[in-house]
Amino acid sequence: MNDNNNDDAMMDDEGSIDVVRAVELEINALANTPNRQPALSIKKLDRRSFLKLSGIASGSLVLAAIMPGPGATAEDFGNLVGSVELNAFIKVSSEGKIVIYSSNPEMGQGIKTALPMIIAEEMGARWADVEVLQSDVDESRYGRHGAGGSTTIARTFDQMRTMGASAREMFIGAASLAMELPRDELYAQDSTISHVFSNKSLSFGELAALAVKQSLPDPKTLIFKDKADYTIIGTSVTGVDNLEIVSGLALFGIDVRVPEMQYAAYQKCPAFGGKVVSANLEAIKKLPGITAAFILDGNDNVRELSSGVALVGTSTWAVFNAKKKLDIQWDESTASKDSWTQMVSRAKQIHAQPGTELITESGDVNASFSNPAHQTIDAFYEYPFVAHLCMEPMNCSAHYKAGSNGEKDTLELWIPTQAPTRAYPVVKSMFDLDQEQVKIHQMRLGGSFGRRVYAEYICEVIAISKQVGVPVKLTWSREDDIQHDFYRVGGFQSVKGSVDKNGKIVAFEDHFMGMTYKGGRISGSGFRATEFPILNLKNARASKTMFDIQTPCGPWRAPGANTTAFVIQSFIHELAVKAGRDHLEVLLELMGKPQWFDQGNIRSLNTGRATDVIKLAAHKANWGRPMPKGHGLGLAFHFSHAAHVAEVVEVSVDANKKLKVHNVTVAVDVGPIINMSGATAQVEGAVIDGLSTMMGQKITMENGRVEQSNFHDYQVLRIPNAPAVDIHFIQSDYSPTGLGEPALPPLAPAVGNAIFAAIGERVRKMPLTDEGFTI
Amino acid sequence: MAKYQLNINGEDIDVDVDPQMPLLWVLRDEIGLVGTKFGCGIAQCGACTVHVSGQPIRSCITPASMLAGQPIRTIEGLANGTELHPLQQAWIDVDVPQCGYCQAGQIMSAAALLEQNPSPTDNDIDAAMVGNYCRCGAYNRIRKAIHLASENTTTPFYDASTPNIEQIDGDMKGEQA
Ligand code: FES
Ligand code: FES
Repeated sequence: MNDNNNDDAMMDDEGSIDVVRAVELEINALANTPNRQPALSIKKLDRRSFLKLSGIASGSLVLAAIMPGPGATAEDFGNLVGSVELNAFIKVSSEGKIVIYSSNPEMGQGIKTALPMIIAEEMGARWADVEVLQSDVDESRYGRHGAGGSTTIARTFDQMRTMGASAREMFIGAASLAMELPRDELYAQDSTISHVFSNKSLSFGELAALAVKQSLPDPKTLIFKDKADYTIIGTSVTGVDNLEIVSGLALFGIDVRVPEMQYAAYQKCPAFGGKVVSANLEAIKKLPGITAAFILDGNDNVRELSSGVALVGTSTWAVFNAKKKLDIQWDESTASKDSWTQMVSRAKQIHAQPGTELITESGDVNASFSNPAHQTIDAFYEYPFVAHLCMEPMNCSAHYKAGSNGEKDTLELWIPTQAPTRAYPVVKSMFDLDQEQVKIHQMRLGGSFGRRVYAEYICEVIAISKQVGVPVKLTWSREDDIQHDFYRVGGFQSVKGSVDKNGKIVAFEDHFMGMTYKGGRISGSGFRATEFPILNLKNARASKTMFDIQTPCGPWRAPGANTTAFVIQSFIHELAVKAGRDHLEVLLELMGKPQWFDQGNIRSLNTGRATDVIKLAAHKANWGRPMPKGHGLGLAFHFSHAAHVAEVVEVSVDANKKLKVHNVTVAVDVGPIINMSGATAQVEGAVIDGLSTMMGQKITMENGRVEQSNFHDYQVLRIPNAPAVDIHFIQSDYSPTGLGEPALPPLAPAVGNAIFAAIGERVRKMPLTDEGFTI
Repeated sequence: MAKYQLNINGEDIDVDVDPQMPLLWVLRDEIGLVGTKFGCGIAQCGACTVHVSGQPIRSCITPASMLAGQPIRTIEGLANGTELHPLQQAWIDVDVPQCGYCQAGQIMSAAALLEQNPSPTDNDIDAAMVGNYCRCGAYNRIRKAIHLASENTTTPFYDASTPNIEQIDGDMKGEQA
């Protein structure tokens, strides 16, 4: 579509820069080209779209209509007419409006704003001209959809820059033709291509129709903007959906409304893996507003479809109400019997021995521990299972249409998910539908934190819609949400360390007691051989013992790091206290000289970057200042998700162990910041999330059943307890990485260390309410 | 089932639903006003906050039939036509929302606060907003935005007893989200 055959026609036009005229020439040329699609009939447009078009030159209207670009579908024509597609991510209208598609799920981490900012920057667009729309799900067109692991920015930074730079080059090419000026005398800024040596310029809107005719530049030839020239990246931009959010417009999965839609609830066995034997379905069907009630056998895969009772009705309230009246006989012979109490007592029995499996060993820890010149201490740390607690409970809408007259079945899905395309293989294996039979709409997520990477709520609603033959919205109650989560896995670590006669840390050992799920690995229940401070010490050993459980677990904001940081960063403070030394000094000594353990790998600790953030946080918090009685400062650092983060927390604790967290100073190095407002929001949120979790959150299970059910027995931090958060970024030249998770892990150890500084009591167990603290 | 009339954002709307059905679900499922959110169903999180006669209530536990005849205002009716309420504008200016799911409830609680107390202190904000969870932890920005809106508000933005009448498209019901 982007051939240059018509350039001559442009040049022949006596040097005119009348773009409408240029477009007419283009159209004439196209009309003479055989095998072109006929121009679309205007009748395809509805009245509203047509009215929107008023004022757009008829030439560009026709041009765009016959050139819908790769991947366009009939539905797109309403948008396409009057605008041109420069690539999959960018459309520009002749009025100068720029539409940028965001292809990844937005769950509050801010990428729906940040990624388009990168495109707009490279393009030379004015942010005010940009409208961001959520893309459809189509990996052949947009690349991988999905977000998680704080990887999106790192993974897509160059892709987004390429999209923006490519559009910019097409505009420059168009302007060069239109103004008869050499390309290298033109530049893009404020949605305009301008000439360096004169005041000639043409806006993106004026150039749009011609720009689309330029050849797509070879990505290898693209030169990205110099950081010093950025006008959008690094600024604070308010979230692109904020107007919709504050106006209460439908954005979230739970807001989906489809004609003829019915509402569903699904009851699973309180003990994971239990199966329905029978239920009082006949009585339930008689309840007001209930249109169907039936048993689904499931496939015994907790990530897909667990056995349960489906209720369908005319409102969410009708099915929630009926659900409370269900009387179900469960077969629990193969169900979970997990008990948190038993896990704790087992860990306490075995913690002093080394683990059953060695993770890593260097030097000779035993010699160091038994050296009479060394001081050696050990400690047992414990952290519970926790729930994700997304504010928007799990939900999904589906319309399964059985094909008639030999046509294939089709499925339309509206999913709030972190992993839209993971639905395809599951839909294939469970419902035998190919990708072409499935249309996925990705909805904004009311929080996720790792929760919505699994597809079980999707499978549930598909099975229900298939059975009743109408569109169905499945909504989980908060009780379903808390009792059927993929929890942050609980666990224990037994740590031991020694300091020499100079007070230097010389040996460290960790016995990690984690979990497997039916023999399989659990996200976050592992201990890395490269975990800090193993590589920083001559003598280090780590081993593990795994307990097998049947409680489903999964990634939860900063998996692994969110608990291991608590253990290690608290214990380093314990060692510093033992040595009678300043924590900051000991931590910096441990980092040693600047070195990047695995040079070039952003997922590996760089002690130089670590030292910089630790020093910055300490400096900004005025580390070492005298504190009033009952007040304390605590420090912690953690490296995770390619981010170096240090935090200093100021607390006070009264005689009744009432805790107040006054402020949290955070220093972060994730390379350049894309959206300053979004980045600080992620850090503020992670700090408050970390405190909320540390303070009072704990999921316990007995006889396979989770004992908590709603916000009355599972608390979230409330506004009066939110500390002030002071954030400092080191915008190093390393490539940018994500910030959704890594500011969370250092919070808990920093709070624990501050409590010790305040009152001399060591926190080795979360949550703090279990240790007698209140907030 | 029971037929009754609700006055929502200035418009009288006839409904015919189970008299026990909480306002939350009447709004969301029957009328199609989905801005009011479900978070817990047990009056713990504030996601479902709306105003009844100017007072903030938890719509998830309040049967709608009890509210017949009283003016109800939801997030969709907070703006005055196309002019945003100062809190809505402040929420955008401060970039408060993370996931955004709790924010309708937060704004409705804050709007009720400003009606009573146009210049709240931090303690006033704590007391008025303590019932609204934000799982994403946007609390500091919520506080900042309330202060900002309070500085930008000189007179009460609207009179709760005479709600404006332009807010609901009559055909919203059944329209695809
Ligand atoms: S949904 Fe009403 S308070 Fe939580
Ligand atoms: S912004 Fe996500 S819960 Fe408040």
